[in-house]
Amino acid sequence: MAGTLFFYTLSAVLIASALGVITARNPVHAVLFLVLSFVTSSVLWLLLEAEFLAVVLVLVYVGAVMVLFLFVVMMLDVNVAQLREGFTRYAWLGAVVAAVLAAELLAIVWWKPDGLPMAATTTPRPADYSNTEMLGTALYTEHLFAFELAAFLLLLAIVAAIVLTMRRRPGLKAQDVSRQVAVRREDRVRLVQMKAEHDT
Amino acid sequence: MLPTEFAPAFPETVLGLGICLVLLVDLYLPARWRDVTYLLALVTLAATAMAVSDIGLSGTTLALGGSFVADPLASFLKLFVLAALATVFVYSRAYLQDSTYNKGEYYLLGLFAALGILVMISGASLLTLYLGLEMQALALYAMVAFNRDSPVAAEAAMKYFVLGAIASGCLLYGISLLYGVTGTVQLAEIAQALRAGGADDAVTLVAVAFVVVGIAFKFGAVPFHMWVPDVYEGAPVSVTLLVGTVPKVGAFALALRVLVEGLGETGVTWEPMLGVLAVLSLGIGNIVAIVQTNLRRMLAYSTIAHVGFILLGFAAGSREGIEAALFYTIVYVIMAAGAFGIVILLGRQGDDADELDDLRGLSQRSPWFALVMLLLMVSMIGVPPLAGFYAKWWVLAALLDAGQLWLAIAGVLFSVVGAFYYLRVVKLMYFDSPAGEAPLRQGAALRLTLSVNGLLVLALGVFPEGLIELCARALG
Repeated sequence: MAGTLFFYTLSAVLIASALGVITARNPVHAVLFLVLSFVTSSVLWLLLEAEFLAVVLVLVYVGAVMVLFLFVVMMLDVNVAQLREGFTRYAWLGAVVAAVLAAELLAIVWWKPDGLPMAATTTPRPADYSNTEMLGTALYTEHLFAFELAAFLLLLAIVAAIVLTMRRRPGLKAQDVSRQVAVRREDRVRLVQMKAEHDT
Repeated sequence: MLPTEFAPAFPETVLGLGICLVLLVDLYLPARWRDVTYLLALVTLAATAMAVSDIGLSGTTLALGGSFVADPLASFLKLFVLAALATVFVYSRAYLQDSTYNKGEYYLLGLFAALGILVMISGASLLTLYLGLEMQALALYAMVAFNRDSPVAAEAAMKYFVLGAIASGCLLYGISLLYGVTGTVQLAEIAQALRAGGADDAVTLVAVAFVVVGIAFKFGAVPFHMWVPDVYEGAPVSVTLLVGTVPKVGAFALALRVLVEGLGETGVTWEPMLGVLAVLSLGIGNIVAIVQTNLRRMLAYSTIAHVGFILLGFAAGSREGIEAALFYTIVYVIMAAGAFGIVILLGRQGDDADELDDLRGLSQRSPWFALVMLLLMVSMIGVPPLAGFYAKWWVLAALLDAGQLWLAIAGVLFSVVGAFYYLRVVKLMYFDSPAGEAPLRQGAALRLTLSVNGLLVLALGVFPEGLIELCARALG
């Protein structure tokens, strides 16, 4: 019973923070809401006894990805007012699409005679059960192919990001290592003779 | 050499290693040696094709934990994709040599896209299908934005990326619901679970709808076609050529694997959906293409119309319909490659020459390539004895056999509408006087491949039996 209550509380927080992500006026607040929703979903995973995934979600997403996000948002200084300019003009269209989609989903959920089947409750595992080990086994045996593909996908993402950003353009503040190394003392250091100043 | 488990995926392994090789070699090459990258990419494609033909058109093997399937259809489609991509590379090289962004990454990202498509073709689980789809999409997003100095390209890439991400989200949502219903991501097991019951379950219906949205976006079917004209017009011509050809085979494979092999049991649900999408695509594609003045935009809308025909094949809901859709996809890719090859041929340094007016008097500037373009356009209309005729005829025959009279009538009507803008191209080429005397792009490889491409449309139209039989065998 306590578990169910816990689940609904967490779900409510998760949905509220997800709404916060898309409604917050300040992009930094949106990122912080996203952090909150990640933390809440990791607790939801804990309820499902997926401890390893829960920890990894916090470590990787909250610890690394979201910090990077925050840096980017703060450095880019996004002009929210400019982004919101077309909002009211297209809002009605979005509202219509959202209403149609919601109506369809609700129709299927409610008007179907048999309704939705409930998911079976999970049985708790014994204390010495290691889901990290199970995850590793599944990842490196059953899903090895998908794992390798994901590796190639990451390689592709690196190549694509570099292709799109690395180019010569005026005003580029990149370092030229060979020029840095080739610099001589005379180019940079100027010794100036000055008269010593006396306290009077 | 390889663990036996990986043996059916040997072509993908070869391609993956080739990608790493091209990546490393290109890194150390000076810009004037770009042709080495090009040749290496072609060698990689050839080696992959040899690995595929080693597996051949025999037997079905499920490998790698049931996430990978090697069957006759996979081998056939893979060989075709590799050949089509090699053609695309030959055309693109002529274009890139004159452009300011002749980077080796064009070939590299092209190979990545091919890897994604190959994985999709052999995908036997929703997980690998999705990973292959993302790999192909990610490579194409980056390629569309290749010309960083062009705001039009940036806008096109942005639209493509954002809409593509939404479509991927829809597809993933559908996949997650399917996993919830059946408890597995493997297509064979999903089909089995749905046969046992739950095929007309509420959740399954929602899942099917979301999956169809994802697939329709990848095809560029109406109403998920918004990105097509902008990407075709905004991207560099070499990228438009790539986006307009090979990925359609990937989309076909995705539709076939997921809808027919995995969700075959729910055919009653998705066949009408595809029917609606098909008629909308035929209508919007053919009618809006009429008012275009830009050749690339016109070809974009013509693509949407052709996608409508491919979807009609699926909507027929019969084995024959799917064979017809396969045949149509193959013929479409050949025709589109040729048409964009002509666009590349017309262009010159700093001027893409992609307006319809640039085609004026082509018959006087180059009688031979005007004839090639004539063959391509007439084939796209669907006039015998060209390949496009058999493609349309087979789809319509399958629809009539399945009793879908209205879909067939819509197909015929909109094809007649479409004939107008294809014939206008012919009129511009043959009955108008040339606007300028700028020479066509040189390059023996480009001209030779383009000639073969045009003649192939004629040859497949006169002797379609070989390809028809191959399609039937691949699916049989």
